[in-house]
Parts: sequence; C-alpha cells; structure tokens
Amino acid sequence: MSDTDGRTRRKRDRGARTPAPASPPPGRKPFPHRDLLGIEGLAAEEITFLLDTAEGYAGSARPAAGPRPLTGLTQINLFFEASTRTLMSFEIAGKRLGMDTVSFAVAASSIKKGETLLDTAQTLNAMRPDVLVVRHAHSGAVSLLAEKVHCAVINAGDGRHEHPTQALLDALTIRRRKGRLAGLTVAICGDITHSRVARSNIHLLAAMGARIRVVAPPTLLPRDCDRLGVEVHHHMRDGLADCDVVMMLRLQKERMQGAFVPSEREFYHFYGLTPDKLARARRDVLVMHPGPMNRGVEIATAVADDLAHSAIEEQVEMGVAVRMACLDVLTRHLRPDMAA
Amino acid sequence: MSAILIDNVRLLDPASGRDGGGRVLVEDGRIAALDPRRVPQKGVDRIDGRGGILAPGFIDMRSFAVDAPAALAGGITTVVLMPDQAPAIDTAAKVQFARDPDPATPSVRVEVMGAATQETAGTAMAEIGLMAEAGAVGFTDGRRAIADALLMRRLLEYARLVDRPVVQHAEDPALAAGGAMNEGEIATRLGLPGIPAAAEAIMIERDARLVRLTGGRLHIAQVSAAESVEVLRRIRREDGAVSAGVSPHHFTLNETAVGDYRTFAKVSPPLRGEEDRRALVEAIRDGVIDVICSAHEPRDQDAKRLPFSEAAPGIVGYETLLPLTLALHHHHDVPLLPLIGMLTARPAALLGLAGGRIAEGAPADLVRFDPDRPWRIDPTRFRSETQNTPFTGMPVAGRIEMTMIGGRILFREEGS
Repeated sequence: MSDTDGRTRRKRDRGARTPAPASPPPGRKPFPHRDLLGIEGLAAEEITFLLDTAEGYAGSARPAAGPRPLTGLTQINLFFEASTRTLMSFEIAGKRLGMDTVSFAVAASSIKKGETLLDTAQTLNAMRPDVLVVRHAHSGAVSLLAEKVHCAVINAGDGRHEHPTQALLDALTIRRRKGRLAGLTVAICGDITHSRVARSNIHLLAAMGARIRVVAPPTLLPRDCDRLGVEVHHHMRDGLADCDVVMMLRLQKERMQGAFVPSEREFYHFYGLTPDKLARARRDVLVMHPGPMNRGVEIATAVADDLAHSAIEEQVEMGVAVRMACLDVLTRHLRPDMAA
Repeated sequence: MSAILIDNVRLLDPASGRDGGGRVLVEDGRIAALDPRRVPQKGVDRIDGRGGILAPGFIDMRSFAVDAPAALAGGITTVVLMPDQAPAIDTAAKVQFARDPDPATPSVRVEVMGAATQETAGTAMAEIGLMAEAGAVGFTDGRRAIADALLMRRLLEYARLVDRPVVQHAEDPALAAGGAMNEGEIATRLGLPGIPAAAEAIMIERDARLVRLTGGRLHIAQVSAAESVEVLRRIRREDGAVSAGVSPHHFTLNETAVGDYRTFAKVSPPLRGEEDRRALVEAIRDGVIDVICSAHEPRDQDAKRLPFSEAAPGIVGYETLLPLTLALHHHHDVPLLPLIGMLTARPAALLGLAGGRIAEGAPADLVRFDPDRPWRIDPTRFRSETQNTPFTGMPVAGRIEMTMIGGRILFREEGS
C-alpha cells in the first residue's frame, strides 16, 4: 500500500462520518461522575458518550470565531511529573473552549519545599478552580487529591496506574480509522509493567469488546496480567499475527541499563516494530504510539513514518479533541445552558 | 565419508533403555542404522567391538576449558564451556567464536553457556536473547553465584523467552566469603576459614522459590551437601523445573582429602563430610540429581603451589569422569543404564542437544569402553593441559577405548 492511498483514505474517512450527536440515555445522566480518574469501572456507554462528544470537537480545528462554551471557568493543570505533550494538549483544549487556563510549575512550587499533597489540595480549594488536571508520579495520588478538592479532577497520568485521556484518544483514533472498536484485535507491545497507558487501554478496549493481546518479554509484564482479560505473548510473530491495531509503548530508556532487558540492541531485535514484523499483522493494520518515540528501540523509522499505517500524528490531534470533550462533560453542571 | 560398521558390541543407550548386543552402521557422520541386516562388503570399514560397551558420547555440562585431547581421552564428545573465561563469553559474537574454535580440524564438540550477566560481574543482565540465537545452550556466571535475588528473578523470567536454563553456582557469596574448605572440625583443626553447607542450601532454596514465582528453568551446577539434597528432594516433589548436577570428586571424596593442606583437593564448592558424600550417592541412585559433570578446570603449579587459602580451586576431571562414575555401579550398586544416562541422555535433554543417544539419524558421537578393566590413576599419563588431580594412585575400573565424533574416530586407546 502506497503513502498516497493512505492519505486519501484518511480524508475520505474524515469526510464520510458526521459527528454523531451525543444524546444521553433516557432517565440518566450520560456521564454521572464528578471526576475522570480512570477508565476502569466506566461503562461502555459512558466511554461511547465521551468519544461521541470528542468526535464533535475533532473536526473543528480552530473555533476562533465559534462559541466558547466554557468562558469564565478556571482550569488548573497541576503536573507533578514532567510532560510536554499532555500538558500542552490540555492547555490548548481549555483555551479553545474559552477557559482560563493556568499551568502549575511544580519545580518552582512549594511542593518541592516539602508541602504535602493534602496541603496543596487545601491551597487549591482556596483558589476555587472548576477543573483540576493532575499528573503525578505515584499511582493513586490523583485519587487522593480528588478526595480533598471541591472541583472536577481529570487524571493526566498517575504513576503506572491510569492515563484515561490517552486511552480515550487512542480509542477515538481507532474508531475514526476502523469505524468500530468491538471485535478488533489490538496488540499492545513493549513495556507493559511500567505503563499506565497500557492499563487504561486494556480497560477501555475490554469494555468496548475488542480482543486484546499484550506482547512483551516476561520481565516487562506485570504479574497475573492475563487476569485483566488479555492474551499474553512473548514473541512478536505470534502477538502481531492478524491483528488490526498495534500499539507500541515507549521503552523507558532510563530503566534500561541491564535491569529489565539486557540492552536496547537486543530489545529492538526482538520487540522493535520493523516492517517485517509488522507484515504478520493484517494488511490494513493501524500503528499507534503514545509518544515520545525512541526510534530504533521500540519502533523503526520506516514504520513510524509510514503514512499508510501510522496514526501517530492523528493521535496527537485527537488528544486535543478528547480533552475538550472531557472538560466539556465534567463542567456541564456548572453551565446554565447544560445544567438542565 | 565412508561407512563404518561397529560390530560385536553391547549397546547401552539410556535414552531408549536399550542394553544388549548389537551393531551400529555409521554413515556421513550420523547413525545410519541399528542392527542392519545386510551391510555391503565394499566401502564399509568394520570395527570389532570385542564385546565392549558402546554408549553415546558423554556430554560434560560443566567445563572451564575445552582441553580437547583430555576430553577425547575421557570419552567426552561434547563439552559445555562455561562463560567465565578471559574475556567473559557475554555477547553473541563471543558465543559464536567459542563454538567454532577451528572448524577445519575435527575435534570435540563445543557448546557454550553464555554469561548470565555482563562480564559475569553479577550486576546487569547480558544479551541473553541474542546469545541464544547464536547458539548458547544456557546462561550462567560460571564459578560466580548470581547473588542478587532481583537479578536472578529477572534472569529466570527473561530466559523463558528462549527456553534455556539459568545455571547457578549455588553458594551464597556472603556466607562463603574468604572460605577455603568445608566448615567443620577439620577446617577448625587446620585453622582454615570454612564455607558452611548452608551457603549452598540457602541459595538452592531461594532460587527454587524464584522458579516458582517466574516459571523459569533452573539448573544447580554442582551439588555438594546433604542439606542441599534434602532441599532438592522436597522441591522435586513439588515441581520439576529445577535440575541439578554433581561432580565425581564430591561423591568420591570427603573433606579428609584436604589432609595436610593438599591444594589439589581444593575445589568449589568444597569437598564436604562423609555424610554429605553418602547423601550424594543416594541422590544419584534416586534420580534427585540429573547429571554428572566433570567441572574440568586445569590449574598450573603457580596456581596450586600456594598456601591453601590462596591456592586456586579446581581439578582436571575429563579423564577420570568415567571410572569414578562407574565406581557407583561397582561399589554402590547403582544400575548402569541410568548412571550412563547422567552423562548422556539427561544433559542432552536439559540442553536440547541432538546427541546423547544411539538412534537412527542421531550424530555418530559414540564411545566404546570396558567397564571392568582395572587401572591406577596416573596423572603423568594424562593428556590434559595440567595434572591437578587429587586421585593420584587411586585404583579404578573402567577405561575408554575409543571415542568417535561425527563418525570419525578421534581417540583410540593404545593397545585396543
């Protein structure tokens, strides 16, 4: 399949589908949660509702002239762990909706001076934000904070636990390309142990009826992960056979030195996504990566840049749409036009 | 290559359980037929086995030097070289090089265990997957224990990828630090620092639990103590993913061999007490131990003519492997077939090797020996690089008469 084919197909896909109106099921709020802390526990129709809402934002690249429904609301991005793309994506999403967006620079904050997480929560309450977007290096820290603050909290990644907006944007990307999630075979490859992206994706894809495989060396698979409802593979040739979607995960280079795998060279040899390994998958396979990529470690440049298969750029684009949808849905009770 | 018919032999093949008269036709380096009815008169060399035993060539799972002339004289057709050489065999390229020292000259087959950790330093995992693709049959740090429990856990997990065993020199380095011989009365009298048997049992126990946690495969290189046998017995009742080896010096000698600071009796793990030695014999009889390995390690005078604590451990084992093993049959009534299986079929199965059996299509790696022929161990007649053996002058029975590898006779005893 040539690059040109891929481009035209993408355009056609985008034009063919009009965003479905997100209508709540009768007699029930479509998303009855104050926060978005994780995917685990969300019902399929709640996930669908978030995806449908995001679909509505996906077409509108620059609503400069359009309505800014969240004008006057305050969004605080609280990132205890370094991030570029997720932080920017949330900032852009908030700004496009008209929110007052403030990003909290942890390095210069009193948290580094020893303030506890709960003290931080009290300080934040006093500032009266409407939405708090939090990333933290420790699993469960975002939930702990959410218990103590009075506004909606979106988990932007906590330790190795969950990264719900990443899973949603991945799902939106797949749905736009493939038209569905149910019945697809999705292989998640690489460092599963340390990946919150993998966990959120597993929960989401399982809820939506996809068939999930994880492919990793035994050292990078968490214990009993087959109980999450996934097929476990140690070899790419089995794991990728006839799959519709391949999700590559970043190998944490900082953890590489002889710890979980012997070397980058060996990891690339066995688990790097190369054209010949990808040939095991279906011809119309979709290749995804949450970024940032290590080219030549978990993915070959030829695969990453192959427009016929790679959805990596589209994932970033869908990231903004999904985060707009989350901000929108979680603030509806604050807006007179939606509160009914 | 012309065909060879080995006639008039007692075929001993532990893999199939065969023990009886027969003949073997060898062609193109492989066993072409067992008990062929008709053999063409032309183009076939005939060897009269004169009623001796014909067994698969021995596979020595623990060699620290290839030392081919000695290996061939000892009936060993495959040596499994340990990676703690200088430099350590810790990359695919080094594995490849070590497996093919000189392809032009027919010699003993060399299989290689790759280093489990980089430079066998015990800190960072080596490139196990790439080495396995280059032909490494297992992973170990040789004479060094893999001490770090987390690293051992990761190794056992990761080696599952390539379905190779991790081989442990089971000796807790902290408990063994500075030790020169078995801890006990003799060490106390000699004033030598001791190594307790617990240092071995603790490591086996720990690693067995890691095997249960990870689903990996573990082989204990050399068991020396009764405590360890006890642990192994229990583990093997629970599950079979742990195998173990033993060396002839540990089931032949006890710590009294150290006598008056004899450094030729300094080995690692150390020679233990008489109860330990007896426990090893029982473990062999019961099948609790899988393989017998020589732990062949040539050491020159400079390494041995030193105060006991400073002398290097190690003995040459190839040329005494068969007679010392046969002593278990002659003196302890261990049946011959399973005993020879510990030198052939069982190491082949643990390492996934094609040899170790007499079957049509198998490589023609064969030994002929007389199990009863008496002789006295005389290191001056050894073919090994050095003569560091504690068995000088010991009367034994059983002598290798011919060693064939890939259909070529590479050793023939004078006078046979």
